[in-house]
Amino acid sequence: MDTSKDLDTLIDVAARAIDLPVEAEWKPGVKAHLEVLLRLAAVVEQFKLPDEAEPAPVFEARHA
Amino acid sequence: MTPWASASEVAAAVNSGAQSALATIELALARIEARNGTLNAFTSVVAERARAKARALDAVRADGKPLGPLAGVPFAVKNLFDVADLPTLAGSKINRERPPAERDSPLIARLEAAGAVLVGALNMGEYAYDFTGENMHDGPSRNPHDTGRMTGGSSGGSGGAVAGGLVPLSLGSDTNGSIRVPASFCGLFGLKPTYGRLSRARSFPFVASLDHLGPLARSARDLALAYDAMQGPDPEDPVCVDRPVEPALPGLERGTQGLRVAVAGGYFKRGASPEALEAIDRIAKALGATREIELPEAGRARAAAYVITATEGAALHLDRLRTRAADFDPATRDRLIAGAIAPAALAIKAQKFRRWYRETVLKVFDGVDAILAPATPFTAPALGQQTMMLDGVEVPLRPNIGIFTQPISFIGLPVVAVPVPLRPLPIGVQIIAAPWREDVALRLAYALEKEQVALAPRPPE
Repeated sequence: MDTSKDLDTLIDVAARAIDLPVEAEWKPGVKAHLEVLLRLAAVVEQFKLPDEAEPAPVFEARHA
Repeated sequence: MTPWASASEVAAAVNSGAQSALATIELALARIEARNGTLNAFTSVVAERARAKARALDAVRADGKPLGPLAGVPFAVKNLFDVADLPTLAGSKINRERPPAERDSPLIARLEAAGAVLVGALNMGEYAYDFTGENMHDGPSRNPHDTGRMTGGSSGGSGGAVAGGLVPLSLGSDTNGSIRVPASFCGLFGLKPTYGRLSRARSFPFVASLDHLGPLARSARDLALAYDAMQGPDPEDPVCVDRPVEPALPGLERGTQGLRVAVAGGYFKRGASPEALEAIDRIAKALGATREIELPEAGRARAAAYVITATEGAALHLDRLRTRAADFDPATRDRLIAGAIAPAALAIKAQKFRRWYRETVLKVFDGVDAILAPATPFTAPALGQQTMMLDGVEVPLRPNIGIFTQPISFIGLPVVAVPVPLRPLPIGVQIIAAPWREDVALRLAYALEKEQVALAPRPPE
């Protein structure tokens, strides 16, 4: 699998899906940042938490 | 009064009548006029508004009525705070087209209610997604200790204005370190309060999960003065807690007796320059802190903070990225686009980890009252610098500036960054306390300042 090429495809397809124009000359920068983001997200994911783990933000259904 | 008088000294002089508020403000305005061309800290100066407020204060005093604890103290705010009649720039080009703000942010209103006088708005990194204090639209804010160096960011002007003696007090914001980094590079005291302590209403957001506001000053007492004046609930910010004011000033001089202080090891020692380690050693020695503790999974916390920042920041700016992408700083734009493309599940996972990490770190506070860690891995880099040597390895500069601040703000712990006056450049140490214990961090900062171990050094001119 060519991860680098996959990322190029991901940027093209995902950007189109959310109607986000990405100029050709921005793509190397976007890709470099996406690589960092995915690498760091993988670091987070390696830490296993139970299904019951709650995310940090808490929503309260009440009058402000 | 010299430009180096503290906010407390200015307020005492104005309260006693030794100097009028108007004379105080004229001095500050003249100082800004003389130095801002070099430092590029201010993006707007509200001279007439400040003079009017100062005259009003002098009239109140002439009537024999008391003034507040910050009487006549000139202050300025990062340009993401709403200031009535100014567009809220948040360091961007795009926001210049916003209509002027109708009202001041509540923190400005609270400081002014205590007698302080707003004199202007300050330069910052674009949309606060920055650790350098550089800005492609307004030019870089410059470090008063060496104007060829970074102030640190994103509250760059907030650092430069106070370190350069333009004002004794400024406000900044801190999502991942943006108060503590400029405090470190500029040699200042900076307070990032507990998440939810100070209202963020009417300030331009960045990452709602992580955004904090707070003061920078040249003394610990000034931080406490400003912090106490700004506390209190605010229904306009859903994150701001409904908690009574817990003033830090009354206990400020209680000393360090009985406080258990430890040094953060492991992650917080790796990647630190000799200067950062020297600063920690000095502070630890002065506080008798011999114990070293580990904040478990701090590196992962930093990774999770990065993911939440990129994705939430992307959500905030998605419409602008669609329609105005060419008007962003390319460095900001590319990071935000990457955040918009990343799968949402990754951000939620990071939020799950955040709760686990909070529970784990809070247990550490069962055994200590405060933890010391470097504020930045190194002293102020040169403007435009792209890489840094750490442990003999060349690393990219920008992503490494916040490695020690991010794991702390990630779970909203209160921190006072204290300046250690190393030569030629100062560097900061974080005093990290348990949630809602800003008083502990401020008390330790004050004790260190009294012993001159922590000190905001006066820059050359």
